[in-house]
Amino acid sequence: MGFRRRFSAIITGPFSESKRPTHRPMSTQRKAVSLISGGLDSMLATQAMLDQGIHVEGINFFTGFCVEGHTHAIRKRDKAKPKRNNALWVAEQLGIKLHIIDVIDEYKDVVLNPKHGYGSNLNPCLDCKCFMVRKAHEWIEQHGFDFIITGEVVGQRPMSQRRDTMPVIQRESGAEDRLLRPLCAKILPPTLPEREGWVDREKLFDFSGRGRKPQIALAKKMGIEDFAQPAGGCCFLTDAAYSSKLADLWQARGERRYEIDDIMLLKVGRHLRPRPHFKLIVGREEGENRFLEGYRKQFTHLYTTSHPGPLVLLDGEADSEDLQLAARLAARFSQGKNADTVRVELHEKGAEQRELDVVPLTNDEIPVEWYL
Amino acid sequence: MSHHQLDARRLLCPMPVIRAQNKVQELAPGDTLLVTCTDPGALLDIPAWCRINGHEVLEAGVNEDEEVLITIRVGG
Repeated sequence: MGFRRRFSAIITGPFSESKRPTHRPMSTQRKAVSLISGGLDSMLATQAMLDQGIHVEGINFFTGFCVEGHTHAIRKRDKAKPKRNNALWVAEQLGIKLHIIDVIDEYKDVVLNPKHGYGSNLNPCLDCKCFMVRKAHEWIEQHGFDFIITGEVVGQRPMSQRRDTMPVIQRESGAEDRLLRPLCAKILPPTLPEREGWVDREKLFDFSGRGRKPQIALAKKMGIEDFAQPAGGCCFLTDAAYSSKLADLWQARGERRYEIDDIMLLKVGRHLRPRPHFKLIVGREEGENRFLEGYRKQFTHLYTTSHPGPLVLLDGEADSEDLQLAARLAARFSQGKNADTVRVELHEKGAEQRELDVVPLTNDEIPVEWYL
Repeated sequence: MSHHQLDARRLLCPMPVIRAQNKVQELAPGDTLLVTCTDPGALLDIPAWCRINGHEVLEAGVNEDEEVLITIRVGG
């Protein structure tokens, strides 16, 4: 067993060739695709398969809500130490290929119409897992691979990794028994790769529950010392603040829909809704301001000219009174917040730019309910 | 062998990687691809993707406009 080694061992177990696509010479190396999140569990599951001589390639789905990547690119303070993409990093450590698939459009239906409902926020975890395994199943059929592996552990997640929901994923994804969970396989019914002898079930694991000790111990045994720390998930939809902003977006629009720009903007800046028909996105620092600049043509926007301050995008419809309020808010978040008046340049969509001299709002004049 | 260009500006990682990956799939071994990005994370991510998928990074850097420029030679 050795971490960072590439494995080319050949499975030579006693194959039963009686089932569907198992008609290969006995010496053929079996191929699996592994759902790589960038976390420890999928890393361990993959290494366990490599250790059994399986050819493994990684697959990673980009939904638009992935915490991985993205926001580190926006905030200037993070640029000094760019964050690695953990899925790519894991693949490189394991010596496997990684295929990153854009599923942004297809994923909308998972978020908007989850058959199994949401978790504690707008996280449709069970539907999400079914979707990803289904996409992986389509991928293995297109690419001639034999089975799918995941780093799932029975009882680890309240929605998608329960003993009663795991068969749901197998069934609804269409992967059926071509889905192998190496970390908890020994406490689940044998899957096709185990029954056919492609994989030695005895060398798989029986992890369960939310504890991390077995994974940490296995990592140590495999020589894996560096890995992404287990955290609250890899998806913004599990985040209460993010979900609240998304729910606000749907409510303000009167319909549940989103585009990629919508979900990107929810990750950036302060969001305030002073009136039901418009909200403001206020850059918090230079990196966010620069990112928001890319959206100037799409939004009414404003910024202070008499004092350094943020770029503010206005999402929605605003009359002259609303624009005055928006300008006072922009002034409040500028370095002129204590000045008598602040000059604000207003670029209203479809109108000539103009300047407003406004009195900054005081902190007490901004109800906490305005903050999303 | 031919040279190609990909504009991945204003995209945040991993989208520049995905666009580069999809473009490379259309190219022949030995072809080169210049990818232009504005996400500085691409400077780490695209070379990492190249290393694990058998492609060569001929050049990677940042120009005066803070754009990331990466030239890839497609592997066999």
